[in-house]
Amino acid sequence: MSLLDYFRSTKKNTANTAKERLQIIVAHERKRRNGPDYLPQLERDILEVIRKYVDIPADQIAVSLEQRGDQISVLELNVTFPDDKR
Amino acid sequence: MAKIIVVTSGKGGVGKTTSSAAIGTGLALAGHKTVIVDFDIGLRNLDLIMGCERRVVYDFVNVINGEANLKQTLIKDKRTDNLFILPASQTRDKDALTREGVEKVLNELAKDFDFIICDSPAGIESGAMMALYFADEAVVVTNPEVSSVRDSDRILGMLSSKSRRAEQGLEGIKEHLLLTRYNPERVEKGEMLSVEDVKEILAIELVGVIPESQAVLNASNSGQPVILDKDSDAGQAYLDTIKRLLGEQVPFRFLTVEKKGFIKRIFGG
Repeated sequence: MSLLDYFRSTKKNTANTAKERLQIIVAHERKRRNGPDYLPQLERDILEVIRKYVDIPADQIAVSLEQRGDQISVLELNVTFPDDKR
Repeated sequence: MAKIIVVTSGKGGVGKTTSSAAIGTGLALAGHKTVIVDFDIGLRNLDLIMGCERRVVYDFVNVINGEANLKQTLIKDKRTDNLFILPASQTRDKDALTREGVEKVLNELAKDFDFIICDSPAGIESGAMMALYFADEAVVVTNPEVSSVRDSDRILGMLSSKSRRAEQGLEGIKEHLLLTRYNPERVEKGEMLSVEDVKEILAIELVGVIPESQAVLNASNSGQPVILDKDSDAGQAYLDTIKRLLGEQVPFRFLTVEKKGFIKRIFGG
């Protein structure tokens, strides 16, 4: 590092920011990747059941399985109903 | 038995074709009969990097469709013995590569060659999946930059779940990390992810670090694989990489900024 750099070295270390962000997103995506194979089928089945009552497009439903600690897995179901069908 | 190595990355523009050309040439220089197969159907570029673009008559898809045989299609490299190129097709039909077709061609190549290098297209579409499906080993080309590292991790997931070895329950694909466009100066300033950072995140074995180098553009401009530029830093880094791929222990070079003299250290520059 040169003398000049020394006096203006309060700049943020962006490499560390990059590393931290990557560690979080990569861990998150790996968890999803390692999720059970039945999840997409489960999502389709749930969609079908809901469609018996309300006509919603396929992209308005999201199913995710999240591991919280060693003991608990949480199945999260998100369905967006169209305005006029409520 | 031929070894099939896929050069892949997920993200585009990180140096897959440059690395495929260098690795193929390096293996041939080491005495192994090698063929580099361009899987980037529709966007053929390996021919240009290898400097044989005007010698392409038939292509990969022609061979699959039985319109030409391998002997007619393979281009023999003029500079390096033992080296051949199988060019990609320029067709816009994305489904021109069928798994059966690719398998047939690779099986035929395997009879003749020691190494088959599969130059993958970017993305995770069928072409990229086809390039990695039959692989025994994978070179995951990564830049020290967030989107490239994330995409490499996606591809690592594909390698361990969507390959032939995974589907048939065989021993997994051997994964190698090849870090390219590495700039030690920026790493030291805290502006770029370091080798250690990327290794820690992707958690696979490091096979090479190629420094960001003017030699790479010069090489592609003139259609010469950069590994033939033996005086250049990038060329030497690729030569080291080949040795490691072949199982040799070689210390890593070009990871730190060259030491500057006293005057330069005081005044910078």
